Amino acid sequence: MTADVAAAFRDEWSRVVATLIRATGDWELAEECAQDAFALAVERWARDGVPGRPGAWLTTVARNRATDRLRRSAVGGSKVEEAARMWEPGEERSDPDYSGIDDDRLRLMFTCCHPALSIEAQVALTLRTLAGLTTHEIARAFLVPEATMAQRLVRAKRKIRNAGIPYRVPPAHVLVDRTEGVLAVVYLLFNEGYSATAGDDLVRVGLTAEAIRLGRLLAQLMPDEPEALGVLALMILHESRRPARVDGEGDLVLLEQQDRSLWDPGLVEEGTRVLDAAVRLRKPGPYQIQAAIAACHATAADPALTDWVEIAALYAELSRMVPSPVVELNRAVAVAMAEGLEVGLRQVDALGESGRLSGYHLLHATRADLLRRLDRPAEAAFEYRAALDLAGTEVERRYLARRLDECRGAS
Amino acid sequence: MRYAMLICVEEKRLQAMTADESAAVTAKYTTFMEEMGQRGVIQGGERLRDVSDATTVRVRDGEVLTSDGPFAETKEQIGGYFIVDCKDLDEAVEIASKIPGAAHGTIEVRPIWEM
Repeated sequence: MTADVAAAFRDEWSRVVATLIRATGDWELAEECAQDAFALAVERWARDGVPGRPGAWLTTVARNRATDRLRRSAVGGSKVEEAARMWEPGEERSDPDYSGIDDDRLRLMFTCCHPALSIEAQVALTLRTLAGLTTHEIARAFLVPEATMAQRLVRAKRKIRNAGIPYRVPPAHVLVDRTEGVLAVVYLLFNEGYSATAGDDLVRVGLTAEAIRLGRLLAQLMPDEPEALGVLALMILHESRRPARVDGEGDLVLLEQQDRSLWDPGLVEEGTRVLDAAVRLRKPGPYQIQAAIAACHATAADPALTDWVEIAALYAELSRMVPSPVVELNRAVAVAMAEGLEVGLRQVDALGESGRLSGYHLLHATRADLLRRLDRPAEAAFEYRAALDLAGTEVERRYLARRLDECRGAS
Repeated sequence: MRYAMLICVEEKRLQAMTADESAAVTAKYTTFMEEMGQRGVIQGGERLRDVSDATTVRVRDGEVLTSDGPFAETKEQIGGYFIVDCKDLDEAVEIASKIPGAAHGTIEVRPIWEM
């Protein structure tokens, strides 16, 4: 693929597919015709140059292809009529449920993330139709065989058709709930990529870029939805720290030890700007709060300058909105930094005694960290050991083992 | 689109009800039917007798085998159904959520395979 087609592909794929799905109601046909149009572009644009409006060119070619195919497969006159009529603007505006948002890509996004589909199917469909990843790439990103992923996509499209999942932006009375679902899929994608490390498959790591791209699109299409801006800000602020997260050996570097000169200042600036825009809408939500916490870290030139009082207050607010023992654990850490290690440790202990985090390695890792800072290495070592026994990824295990060794040496 | 809405509830729960409670449930269904009747979306629907009155029939090697009881022993049983004709799955979900049984049991929304 030439660079021009690759760029158009990135920008236009979802637009072309989304338009074709609305017009034909046929997901397979839409994808195939979009693919044909891009294939033709590779050929033509190399010869004639890239057209002035590559998106319009691609949509026209794909549309003609779809019309041809529908005409050819038409059994009676009705299908031909349908094919001729299908490019007229939708009748949605007269629909009492019309959301007021008229963009095929947004319809596509809400349909892909319909709660009647499994979360795995939602994620796969979003990557295929909106991000334009191939089935092969999606399978690799989620570490499943390609045949499994292909089947997942086919089943999801079949369910959309057979179960009558509508192709539209949901009406106002369910828009908030449904938007939450869409944002959750985008953020899940981001985290899949973010938890992958430099040594991992590049397709996996690339999921963060896809998620941010989708986040930008959502923010652009729903400029009045503060949580869409919130999740975008959160992702950008996390992404700004990526170069500092892993050292030369592929080991995890915690926030406190990160070389802050490696943080991307452009992304920090953009992230805080997006967050400010969200906050101006005066409708706080969990993503905005998390982004605000990320911004507190991102804008501290030195770990010692971190505004832990503000962070502790933000975690308290987050905990009120979405009660969760994991949020409380994070809040306890912020309290430890803001009000004193002993105070934080008492909160962590209370959480531990509640049993709500039993089996969670970060409960032990957090306790270990506070004990280490309190210069109680023997107890810290015990907790690092417990965390190590439960830890998830290889990178985390290496970090904990290193800390365990330090504490053993000190006790 | 047409959908079958299978109302899965715990029979034991219904059996344990007092006469007043049963009457209250019936009243809720009457209200639901009136609302949906006005919308013109219900094509049919019935309440079913308990699974203890069910008979299961199979034909194997040409022989008719009958047995007492339901197809499968489960915690919840199909206590009734509606056939609904509405715009799309979103409307179907909205209708299903208003079936009184949804508040304690489960409604399975199944698209009808139109022949």
